[in-house]
Amino acid sequence: MNGFPLLTTLTLAPLLGGLIVVGLDARRKSLARGLGVTCSLTSLALSILVWKNFDPASAELQFAERHEWIPSLGIQYFVGVDGLGLLMVLLTALVVPMALLASWNIEENVPVYFSLTLFLQAGLFGTFTALNFFHWFIFWELSLVPAFFLIRLWGGPQRSAAATQFFIYTMVGSIALLLSFLAIYQAAGTFDFLRLGELGRSGELASAFSVKLGWYELTAKQLAVVIFAGAFVGFAVKVPLMPFHTWLPLTYAEAPTPVTMLLTGLMSKMGVYGFLRILLPIFPDQMRAVLTPLLGLAVATIVLGAAAAFAQRDLKRTFAYSSINHLGYCLLGVFALAKLTGNDARLAAEKAAVFNGVLLQMFNHGLTAATVFCLLSFIERRAGGSRGLNDFGGLRKVAPVFCGLMGIALFSSLGLPGLNGFVGEFLIFKGGFPLATWATALSTAGLLITAAFILTVIQRVFHGPLNEKWSAFGDLTLSERGIVLPAIVLMFVLGLFPQLVLGAVNATAAQLVAQLKF
Amino acid sequence: MLHWTIYISFFGVVVLTLLQRDNARAARIVALLTALAGFAVALIGTVQSGAGVNTFCDFGWVSTLGIHYYLAADGSSLTLVLLTGLAAVAGILFSWNIEHRAKEFFAFYLALIGGVYGVFLSFDLFLLFVFYELAIIPKYFLIAIWGSTRKEYGAMKLALYSFVGSAMVLIGIVAAYVVAGAKTTGLFELAKYPFPERFQCWAFPLVFVGFAILAGLWPFHTWAPTGHVAAPTAASMLLAGVVMKLGAYGALRVAMTLFPLGLKGWHGAIAVLAVVGIVYGAMVALTQKDLKFVIGYSSVSHMGFVLLGLMTLNDIGLSGAVLQMFSHGVIAGLLFAVVGRMVYDRTHTRELDALEEMRLGRALPFAAVTFVIASVASMGLPGFSGFVAELQVLIGAWHSFPTLTLCAGAGILVSVAYTLRVLQKAFLGEAHKSAENSRSRPESQLPPISVPERIGALILVSATLLIGLYPRLLLDLIVPSWNSPLFDGLRKAGAL
Repeated sequence: MNGFPLLTTLTLAPLLGGLIVVGLDARRKSLARGLGVTCSLTSLALSILVWKNFDPASAELQFAERHEWIPSLGIQYFVGVDGLGLLMVLLTALVVPMALLASWNIEENVPVYFSLTLFLQAGLFGTFTALNFFHWFIFWELSLVPAFFLIRLWGGPQRSAAATQFFIYTMVGSIALLLSFLAIYQAAGTFDFLRLGELGRSGELASAFSVKLGWYELTAKQLAVVIFAGAFVGFAVKVPLMPFHTWLPLTYAEAPTPVTMLLTGLMSKMGVYGFLRILLPIFPDQMRAVLTPLLGLAVATIVLGAAAAFAQRDLKRTFAYSSINHLGYCLLGVFALAKLTGNDARLAAEKAAVFNGVLLQMFNHGLTAATVFCLLSFIERRAGGSRGLNDFGGLRKVAPVFCGLMGIALFSSLGLPGLNGFVGEFLIFKGGFPLATWATALSTAGLLITAAFILTVIQRVFHGPLNEKWSAFGDLTLSERGIVLPAIVLMFVLGLFPQLVLGAVNATAAQLVAQLKF
Repeated sequence: MLHWTIYISFFGVVVLTLLQRDNARAARIVALLTALAGFAVALIGTVQSGAGVNTFCDFGWVSTLGIHYYLAADGSSLTLVLLTGLAAVAGILFSWNIEHRAKEFFAFYLALIGGVYGVFLSFDLFLLFVFYELAIIPKYFLIAIWGSTRKEYGAMKLALYSFVGSAMVLIGIVAAYVVAGAKTTGLFELAKYPFPERFQCWAFPLVFVGFAILAGLWPFHTWAPTGHVAAPTAASMLLAGVVMKLGAYGALRVAMTLFPLGLKGWHGAIAVLAVVGIVYGAMVALTQKDLKFVIGYSSVSHMGFVLLGLMTLNDIGLSGAVLQMFSHGVIAGLLFAVVGRMVYDRTHTRELDALEEMRLGRALPFAAVTFVIASVASMGLPGFSGFVAELQVLIGAWHSFPTLTLCAGAGILVSVAYTLRVLQKAFLGEAHKSAENSRSRPESQLPPISVPERIGALILVSATLLIGLYPRLLLDLIVPSWNSPLFDGLRKAGAL
């Protein structure tokens, strides 16, 4: 595979596919659907090819491509993947076909819908493989525009407000991020993530700020924290970290459910990815300087997210808040990684555990949340759009397969051992206790509340007397089972053999931990 | 060979005047061919030109006063000449439906284009000023005769503002001529002359502001929205696309090179005005009810980035400013084309509330898609030319004015807000509000988008995408131009 631009092909494939699909006549619905799904399956095949050729023992960036792009600004086209990037590429390739298959019954403007989803996929692939801020940012924003239109044109009754809120919030974050990066460029003269990571670790970046920017009487340290804060807001909105989460419930609830799968399964991961790829390597000192408040925010995200999920009466909103809660664990792990450990080998091992846990949690949450929302879309379709917690009851009797599969997905989300959700959370907690004791201890409350609301959902929806309204509720059709089954199987496989994922990311974890040690 | 762009345009004017009076078709074709020829010459000339300043012709004109007929081009001129060619072709494609006095319309149009080419290629102060004035007159007639909403007012306001600006410039350059006492109006000779600092301190703002009025510098911008709204589509495309660049270009080419010390003294104040323009233009655009006014104010906001870029005084910021001139020319042209030609000529209204009822997204899908692309580009989303330009302006500005950079960032945010608002109202209007209305006004009544419109939109969209993804095409021209001897003064004054 040497020399073949595999990652560029990976990103361009859905882009081209989207361009072909968008050109179709609006009446040729099945052709558009078929082409869209074929395209996403091609991407899946390509990403499996990347995985197969990926050398897990090496922490280097693999499949790297580097070309001059804008020499006067020192911008290069630079892509490559390490364990982190690979995992996200695989997740994207898995979730998009699932979302497209779950959108099979969309009838309005089918070619546009499918092509927008493919554009979104291209944006995600680009974000997860780019290593130069310039084109990384192109893809980061490219994913935003299709998401806006998917919500705006196919969403629920309040779609206009939801889409606008989503777009404006994310743009606030993006512009803060952009301004920070322009300041970084002005100081360091490069947009290359790896080079910036080196400068950040050695502290040269912070001193370059004060030389090149000189802003009022701010010291080098304060200036670096201000610039860190800008980039931080950009990612915190995307994840989201409380208190930057207020756009999320409305957006997730109003988006068509397959789009919610993409939003929670993939786009929220862009934020966490940014924390790991950009903030942690470039701003370790600055993150350390404000570590206590950051940990506090992570705890708030975990506990309040779960509590809010418990309080919801709309299933889509329940799982929207549940997503906030689950991503909170990722951020708890990220912040624990920033803790200064010196040369303590034991703590370094804990850090490696936390990093592995965060990556697993990202992958697992993407898989599980997408599955849960996919199943929710099936209920919604049958129930004519109603999805209240108390609208159902006793579905177990009429739709046993649905309840069984949903049950597995919910228990995975709860973190039941044997299913995929458990390992990630376990590793984060295991490593988190020695690194950030109080925050991790408080976060366990989130686990309890999650258990409470998930059991409530199971009880209210599956059990109890059958609501007469739904006596004709059909169980999952064969094709619907086919859509979620691979995901369910994967939940078991990853729950029992987490090594499949951990093996690919171990080298990356070791390298990052080594870099964060000093 | 680039100077042929000027002659071709004026030759087109002559041919047009010889045509029969009511032969609109022939007039259109002659105009399109002329504009295409001009654009082709601009393209070929750009490809052939080397780095640095390319001289095309230079001979004595009024020898006793030292005035030369001196046409040349450096990187920023080349960029703007290309933009002019592009905007000229697109503008004619978007005025294909003009029937009323078509011959005169296109004659004025080409005369304006010729004057603009002239300004961008003149390296002699006097010659530059002549072309600059030459461009004002056709502009007035284009608006006053073929315009819409309050056209006499708009045209008069634009002409008066332009003349006041020109008067200020004229005073400045005559004073410079007298003070230098070198009996020359050549830019290179004057740029070498060390004007006394006290002289520069008043001459710089005079000349700079005189030019920048036309670039929409706040608070002298008020001609821009009214002028844009009053003008016919092709003329608003040229106004926003090219004429506003005349101002910014003049400010860069004359005020900044001749009076570097004055620039050092004033650049902070002007940067503040530029950023006020960015934020104020965007805020006002947010409250407009008329679609064309939104775009008009957005032009003020975007030109603020050009002026901010010029004031950063480093080569990244300056390159960003020139790139932003190109980018805004293309994007604003596209926006005006959609609003003025594709929408207004069909719906006969630009009121956002009225458009919301019409569900244009369904009735005119091509217009809707074009508008989405143009507005995404205008928001400064990456992948389009606006992003690369604003990126460089902001990088440059971080160096000189960190606080202003943050304010400009807030301005981008407001521009996202007004663009979304317009997009939602004009093209994504909801069905439930207008269930009866849309039945009483069948969508099929709106004529479909014609072929020239499609081609024109395609040209402009490709241009902004091409430069957005591969800005080297222009940056390789622009960046070396800061090394020319014209900017020696700036370098000596500690800038650049």
